[in-house]
Order: sequence, then C-alpha cells, then structure tokens
Amino acid sequence: MSYELLTMIWFFLLGVLLCGYAILDGFDLGVGILHPFLAKDDYERRLVMNSIGPLWDGNEVWLVTFGGALFAAFPVAYATVFSSFYTAFYLLLTCLIGRAVSLEFRSKVSSPLWRRIWDWAFFLSSITAALLLGVAGGNVLAGMELGPKYRYEGNLLSQIYWYPLLVGALTVSLFALHGAIYLYLKTEDDLQARVRRAITPLFFVFAGLYLIVTLATWWHVPHATANISRHPWLWIVPVLNALAVLNIPRAMHWGRPGYAFFSSSMVILALATLFSVEIFPNFMLSTIDPAYSVTLENARSSRDTLETMLIIAGIGFPCVLSYTVIIYWIFRGKVKLDPHSY
Amino acid sequence: MDVEMLSRLQFAGTIMFHYLFPPLSIGLGLQLFLCELAYFRTRNLAWEAAARFWTRVFAVNFAMGVATGIVMEFEFGTNWAAYSRFVGDVFGSALAAEGIFAFFLESGFLAVLVFGWDRVGPKMHLLSTLMVFLGSVFSAVWIVVANSWQQTPAGYHIVWHDVQGEMMPRAEVTDFWEMVLNPSSVDRLTHTLIGAFVLGAFFVASVCSYYLLKNRHQEIAKRCLAISLPTALLFTFLAAATGHDSAQKLVETQPAKLAAMEGHFHSSDQPTGLNLFGWPDTENETVRFNVELPYLLSLLVYNDPTKPVPGMDQIPKDERPPVWLPFQTFHLMVALGTMMILVAAYACWSWYRGAYEQRRWLLWAMVFMPVAAMTANQAGWVTAEVGRQPWIVYPSVQNGVEMMGLRTADGLSESVTAEQVLSSIVLFGIIYSMLFAVWIFVLNHKIQHGPESPEELAEYKKKLHAESMSEAFGHHGTSRGGGMMEDGTQ
Repeated sequence: MSYELLTMIWFFLLGVLLCGYAILDGFDLGVGILHPFLAKDDYERRLVMNSIGPLWDGNEVWLVTFGGALFAAFPVAYATVFSSFYTAFYLLLTCLIGRAVSLEFRSKVSSPLWRRIWDWAFFLSSITAALLLGVAGGNVLAGMELGPKYRYEGNLLSQIYWYPLLVGALTVSLFALHGAIYLYLKTEDDLQARVRRAITPLFFVFAGLYLIVTLATWWHVPHATANISRHPWLWIVPVLNALAVLNIPRAMHWGRPGYAFFSSSMVILALATLFSVEIFPNFMLSTIDPAYSVTLENARSSRDTLETMLIIAGIGFPCVLSYTVIIYWIFRGKVKLDPHSY
Repeated sequence: MDVEMLSRLQFAGTIMFHYLFPPLSIGLGLQLFLCELAYFRTRNLAWEAAARFWTRVFAVNFAMGVATGIVMEFEFGTNWAAYSRFVGDVFGSALAAEGIFAFFLESGFLAVLVFGWDRVGPKMHLLSTLMVFLGSVFSAVWIVVANSWQQTPAGYHIVWHDVQGEMMPRAEVTDFWEMVLNPSSVDRLTHTLIGAFVLGAFFVASVCSYYLLKNRHQEIAKRCLAISLPTALLFTFLAAATGHDSAQKLVETQPAKLAAMEGHFHSSDQPTGLNLFGWPDTENETVRFNVELPYLLSLLVYNDPTKPVPGMDQIPKDERPPVWLPFQTFHLMVALGTMMILVAAYACWSWYRGAYEQRRWLLWAMVFMPVAAMTANQAGWVTAEVGRQPWIVYPSVQNGVEMMGLRTADGLSESVTAEQVLSSIVLFGIIYSMLFAVWIFVLNHKIQHGPESPEELAEYKKKLHAESMSEAFGHHGTSRGGGMMEDGTQ
C-alpha cells in the first residue's frame, strides 16, 4: 500500500473515532446537560443518570483511543494540538473527571446535600465539556496562531472569541437535543412526557444555531468551503446533513423516536465529516503563515508504523464493534433501577 | 521553578495519583474472578454475595482509574510535545494498541460486570468478569511495553526530517516485535503485574480481617481469606523473584540506574558489598550511616561473590541520575516486600493451624497491609523513573550502530509556559485532593456496609423472580427500585 493511501486511511479512521466519540458521548453529555431540568425528584434523577450508567465509560474510551491513534499516526498533530490547547484542555479533562466521579459517587450516600452537590457537578461538567469541545473545533476550523517550528503563539484568551463560542453553543445544543431523544427512548410515563415537551424547543434552538454557524463559517472562514467548491460532489454532505436535521421533528411527530435518534446521530456524523472535509489537508492551519501549518504530510508517522497500526486496527475494530453491540443489546429497553444502579 | 521541573512534578504527581487505582483494579479483578469462579463451581450463595460485594468496591476504584487515566493519555501531548514528536512513531503505537485492545474490552464488559448481575446468566457474568480482568492486564502490557521502550529502546532507528529548514531527529520503528519485546519489557511487566496481584490479595485479606475483628460477615470473610491469604503469599514470593531478575538485567542495560539504587559510587576491582541502608551524599560521592554487607551485591548481580559491580564513576557526569531518591525508594520497596512475605507466610501458617482469628494483632497488621503494598508499588516506579534520568529515552546501540537518546530537558512543549504548568498543577492538586478524600470516604462507606448475607441475597432473588413473573403477566407494579437497596447507597 502506498504511503499516501495509508495516510488517507488513517485520516479517515481518526474521523471514524471522532464520529464514534461525538455520537456516543454526545448523548451522554446531552443527558448531563438536561439532567437538572427534566428530572423532578431524586428517583427521576437516578433514572436519568442510570440511563447512561452502563454506557458512558465505554463511550469515553472512543476519545481516549482517538488520542492514542492520533499520537501513533500523526504524532506532530498530537503534540501541537494538545500543547496549543493547554489550558482549555486541562479544563476539559477537569470536566471529564467531574462527570465520571459525579456519576460514580452521587448515589452512594443518601444525604440530600451530598446529592445536590454532585447533581450540579454533573450538569456543569457536562455542559462545559460540550462547550469546550465545540470551542476547540471552532478554533481548528478557523486556523490558529501557529508560529515557526510548531510553536503556538496564542493562549486561552485568543482562543475564546465569537466564532469558536458560536460553534461551542451549537455543540451544546446539538448534544442536548441528541441526549433528549435518547432519554425519550429510555424513559416512561411522566418523565418521558416531560422529555417529549423539551424536544421541540431544543430542536428550534439547535436549528437556529445551525443556520447562524453556517453563515458565520461562510463569512469568517472562507477557506473552509474551498474543498467543497473544488470537489462539488462533496455537496452531498451538507445536503444529507440538512435532510437529517429536518427528519428529527418529522420522525418524532410520527412517533418513531428510534428513527429520530438515528437522524440526530446522522447529523453529528455529517457535521463531523464536514469538519474533516473543511480542515483537510491540515490538522492545524497557521493564520501567521500557511507554511507553518501542521498538515497530514508533515505530521504523519513512518510508512511502516502506519501499516502496522492498520493491522492492529484491523484486528481491533471488529472486536470493538462486537462488544459495543453486545453491551447495547444487553442494556436495551427502558431504564430500571436495581441494587447495582448508581 | 522552570518549565522542566514543573512539568516533571506534574507528570510525577498525576501518574502517581493515577497509579493508586490500576494496580488495585488488576489485583482485585483477580480476586473477584476467583470468588465468582468459586460461586460458579459450587453455586453457594455466599460466594455470589462476596462477588457482588467486591464488584461494588471494584467499580468505585475502576471509575477513579478511568477518570485519572484520561489525563495521562493526553499529558504527553500537552506537556511533552517535543518528546511526543520524537517518539510518536514508536510510543504512540503502543498507546493506541492499549486503547483498542484493552480499554474497549474493559469498559464494555465492566458494564455487564457491574450492572448485569440480574440481567445475564452466571456463565455470561463470569465471562464478563474474566474479560474485565484480562482487559486490565492487556492495558498493563501495552503501557509497560511503551515505558520499557523508553528505558531499553530496541527495534527502531533515528531518521532526520526537514522541519521548515531545520533537520530534526525522530525515532521510527524498524521491527515492531523487537520494539514490543525490548530487553526489559517482559521482566518489568511480570514484576508490575505481580505487584498488582499482591495489592489485590492484601486488600481482600485486609477487609476480611477487619470484619473478623468486628465480628461481622464472618462466613463470607473466611471464605475470601481462604483465597486471598495463599495468593498473597504466592505473589509476594514471585515479586521478590521477578524483582531480582530485573535488577540482574540492569547491570547490562542501565548500569547508572543500578548504581543509583545501590548507592554504589566508586568502582574497584574488589568484590562489591551491598548497602543495607544509609543516606547517600552525592556531592561527596559517599553513603553516610551505611551498613554494608560485603560480597552481597556482587553475588546478587552476577551470582558470583567476587566479581566487581561497576559504580557511578563509570558514567559520564552529565549522564548520572539523582542517587538519593532512587536509593531510598528502592530500599523502601525491598524492605516492605520482605515484610509482606513474612506477614503473608505467618498468616498462612496461622490459617492452616486454625489460629488466624485468635491472633488479633495479626488481624490488625493485615488490615494495614494494603498501605504497605501500595507504597511498595509506588516506590518501585519512582525508582524506575527517577533512575532513568537525565534521559526521557535512553540512548542505545542497535546492530552495532549508536542511537541517540533524548534528554528529559529536550522533551518539553515549546509553547507551554511555567505559569500555565503551575496553574494546571494547582488545579489538579485541588481536584485530586478532593477526589482522594471522596474515594476514601466512599470506599470506607462500602466496606462498613459490607456484603449482604447469603440469606438476604436468596430473599432478593426470590423477589426479583416474582416481580419478573408478575410483569410477564402484565401486572405493572409501581415499585421504585429493588428491595435490597432503595437508593443506591450500598
């Protein structure tokens, strides 16, 4: 296999890991964002948390494996991206830790104060994590102040301005919508009715932000659309994206929540694909001088390593898919509390 | 302080905090599997009650391991960008393999292990427990392989790349299996895993001994002791044996580390003695207040009491590791290891004679053994990592060609400032202190609550069966949660 082809395959596989993460942890984060607003009492809050109880940990592994795969396949990108986002990334890690421990510890002690503290920690860490992921994505899309020899010249403050914040808001609204549809599938009775009532406004917030971010990207990130203009067949991605967005209210209306969940997953998939199409062939575009950018070519590992890693992925991916299917099958159906629940 | 020292402190702090959890997950995973296997073979509910209890303890510990482990996966990139570029081709593959082979397996089957007791049959559950245990072992395999490659690199060459006009070196894999099976991987892996098994065995023995002291959960405690005491004895012995093997290899692969661990400053043509304890003084190249046993180091290293061991003076001055810290942590590990062998042996003997429960001081000693095992695990890693300095990747010779190493000081992120690192240290210092307090609190809560009795478990199972029957006939109850535990606090 040629070096170029291997490089493209690894760029694609990283996209797969990123989509896997965004779709799976997306509903987890969304459930965390909605948790204080939809559940009325302690029992319902436990139901909401346990709807993702057995799954969130496996979902986060997609992010961890994305990190490992980026390190292995494009070490220069791994090194440059994570050191450039130093402070933002430590805040994201704080949020991921906060989520893990609030899920794990909340219901272990019956004191109401203890539980209220963890409920808030769960909400704040979920919403901040979603926001930060979006802000990072927005910065990568818009390009960053990367100097010579991969030395980043900005800081946290130069990463926080209107465009990445808009992308962050879009991410929060998308995950909240995705999480709401998931909760609708997992709950019953009163709680489910309340979730149903929340889906429509969440959809409109998301659709509004979706339009705004699309226009903002056109205006603020002119290079983002260059790949699509060069390869017009890529228009299929935004068109499918728009169809998937519109299909969410349609499927909910016809009482097919599973189909709606599939649609919101497809929206995430399409947005992540669009993101990859737009940044290609850079991992991080330098706004100082394009020659300083981190690209597929200057970031990749050696040919032999990409090939070995492909063998590892070829053995690993089928296993991963099979356990994911088994686990989701075992925990299918409405969420119920038992002695081992959170 | 400069970025290098701060980044090293941060890495040491985050990895040591992380390493409180994985060895306990690995070790407890084995004990849990053995309990569940006993249930599977005997169908005695006492074993199932025990397995359910250890699962709850395991889950808390595992969550802490995941939460603190995510940080590690990205910290190479955030703080050690130059290092990541230098080793990514090699080190990255091991880390990615860990993700795909170990983490998915662990986290997937963990769901069945923790939440699947009433959803899957005993066979599937036992299989899930085994998979979680194997996942944690695979994770240790890949991460220790990656670390061992830094210590004794193999199967690679250095390639120079043009980066915007400047030539920069990078390590690239030439032979994957030679990289994986580098000269120290197997020894270090077995020693690391055995250290984890020791901790798991003592942890179970500690909790059970506590129950015996308090006259609680006696039946289950005794059953679990029958597993944990002999495994503790077996693994403490194996820890000593594998540690000895590792140290013998060091004289070939990392003589500077060995010299630091032993506080051996001056080479001579006389047989080398062993410093039993002391206070190394690097400035004057001597060990103060030391008690030296003649011939012993030569004997231990070469199996020959007269062959001299090379000292620190053989190493160029700018390639010497610190001595005081590796010396003390190594000696601490050996001392604790020896004590654990003695305690485990005496405990097994007492158990065999039926006198274990009467020896209250022994029960109390057992209660505190996990602290000793945990400390020994940490001390071993401090020895290994500080003894590797000043290198982040050791230099080596491959097929007669000298390969450059990478110094720790050259591995940092160029764009990260001391203020940034200091702020992340403060942030994580606060978070980790809180987490530690919460972890101890919840762990204690679970241990104080203890397992349910076999009778309670039988009652619960009967009720569960009745509920599922009534549901099958369409009588929806408004029952909120199981009877055994109303609100998840168990």
